[in-house]
Amino acid sequence: MNSTSTHFVPPRRVGIYEPLHQIGMWGETFKSNIGNGNMNTPSHIIIPNHQKLDNNLSEDTSHGTAGTPHMFDQEASTSRHPDKIQRRLAQNREAARKSRLRKKAYVQQLETSRLKLIQLEQELDRARQQGFYVGNGIDTNPLGFSETMNPGIAAFEMEYGHWVEEQNRQICELRTALHGHVSDAELRLLVETAMKHYFELFRMKSAAAKSDVFFVMSGMWKTSAERFFLWIGGFRPSDLLKVLLPHFDILTDQQILDVCNLRQSCQQAEDALSQGMEKLQHTLADCVAAGQLGEGSYIPQVNSAMERLEALVSFVNQADHLRHETLLQMHRILTTRQAARGLLALGEYFQRLRALSSSWATRHREPT
Amino acid sequence: MDKVVRMSSEKGVVIFSKSSCCLSYAVQVLFQDLGVHPTVHEIDKDPDCREIEKALMRLGCSTPVPAIFVGGKLVGSTNEVMSMHLSGSLVPLVKPFQANLC
Repeated sequence: MNSTSTHFVPPRRVGIYEPLHQIGMWGETFKSNIGNGNMNTPSHIIIPNHQKLDNNLSEDTSHGTAGTPHMFDQEASTSRHPDKIQRRLAQNREAARKSRLRKKAYVQQLETSRLKLIQLEQELDRARQQGFYVGNGIDTNPLGFSETMNPGIAAFEMEYGHWVEEQNRQICELRTALHGHVSDAELRLLVETAMKHYFELFRMKSAAAKSDVFFVMSGMWKTSAERFFLWIGGFRPSDLLKVLLPHFDILTDQQILDVCNLRQSCQQAEDALSQGMEKLQHTLADCVAAGQLGEGSYIPQVNSAMERLEALVSFVNQADHLRHETLLQMHRILTTRQAARGLLALGEYFQRLRALSSSWATRHREPT
Repeated sequence: MDKVVRMSSEKGVVIFSKSSCCLSYAVQVLFQDLGVHPTVHEIDKDPDCREIEKALMRLGCSTPVPAIFVGGKLVGSTNEVMSMHLSGSLVPLVKPFQANLC
C-alpha cells in the first residue's frame, strides 16, 4: 500500500502534457505492485480499479502519443492554422480534465482500501485477543486467514468471527433481561433469537464441511480450551446438559425426569455415532494399508479410501443434528424463563472457555 | 418393489444398509443399545441393489441407506431415528420387539 503514494503528484504541477505522463507512472507502479505481490491487501479490493484504470490508459495514451511527436511540427504550423491550435488545446484541456477525474477516483479507491485494511487488521486483533487460531499473519498470507487458502473455509472463519460477536451481544441482552423485569413475550423473543443463532452455526458448519470436512472435524476454528472437549466437530450435547443442569431455576419433578431421559438418550446416540466413527477409522486404515506396504506404492484402491472420507461429512452433519435436537428438546421441556436462563448459562460457559484459552495463550507474557 | 416390501415387512426392526456404510452401523448399535436386534439387509451384497435403492428413495428416504423400518412401517433415515430417540418416542415404538434379556 505504501509504494504507490510516493508517485502521487500535487495537482498544481500538472501541465498540458504532464497528466498523460502521470497516468503512465501510476499504471507502471500499480502493475508492478500486483506482479510482485507487494500489496498486502487482498487482491480483490484493488483489481477492479486496476482494470478500469488500464482501459482509460489505453484510450488516452493513444491520444497522447499521437500528440507528443508532433509537438515541434505543431509550433511550426500554429501561425498558419489557428483553429488547429484551438482544437489541440481543447483536446489537451479535455485530456487533463479526464486525467484529474481519474486521479480523484483512484485516490478515493485507495482511501477506501486503506480503511478496509485498517478494519481487517482490527478484526484480526480482536480475533487474536479472543484466543482464535489465526494463520501465519496477514503480511505473509495475503489471501486470508486459512492456511489452506480454501475460499469456503476462509468465508466460514470470517462468518464465525461475526457469529461470536453476535453471540456475545445476545448473551449481554439475555443477562440484562433476566436481571430486569421483562415480560415473558420479550424473553420468548430473546430465546427464539438465541436458538436460531445456534441453528445458523450448524448451517455454516454444514457448508464448511463440504469445503473441508477435516477443518470442521478438528475444530480449528475454535479456541484451544474449547477444542479440548471436541467430539465430532463440536461439543458433546450430553456433557453440556450435565454442566448446565445445576444452573437452572427450580425444576419440577417431571422436568427433572425429562432432562435426565434426554441426557441418557443423548449419550446413547453419541455412543452409537462414536462407534460408527471407530468403524470408519478401522475400514479406512484397512483400505490405506491394503496391498504391499514397503514397496513404495500408493493406495491400490484410492477411490475406495476417498469414499470413506466422504462419509465423514455425514458424521459431522449427524453430530450437529444431535446438537440441534438437544436444543429443541430442552426448549420443549423448559419454561421460557428457564430456557432463557439455560441459554445464558450456556453462552457464558462458552465465553469462559474462550477467555481461558486467551489466558493460556498469553500466560508466558506475564512478567514474573 | 416387491422385494423391498417383503423385506421391510419382516417382524421387528429392519435396517437397509450397505457393508461400507458406517452410519448404518451406528444406527444398528443404537438399536442394540435399546435391547433390540435389528434385521440388517446389506443391499450392496444383493444383485438387485440398484432397484432396491430406487424403491427406497421412492418410499421417501432422502438417502437409500440407512433406511429403517419398524413393524413394517418406514421410520426414516438416521436423522429421524435420532430425533425420535431424543424426543423419547423411539423406545415405546420398539418396545414390543425388545429381546427378552434374562
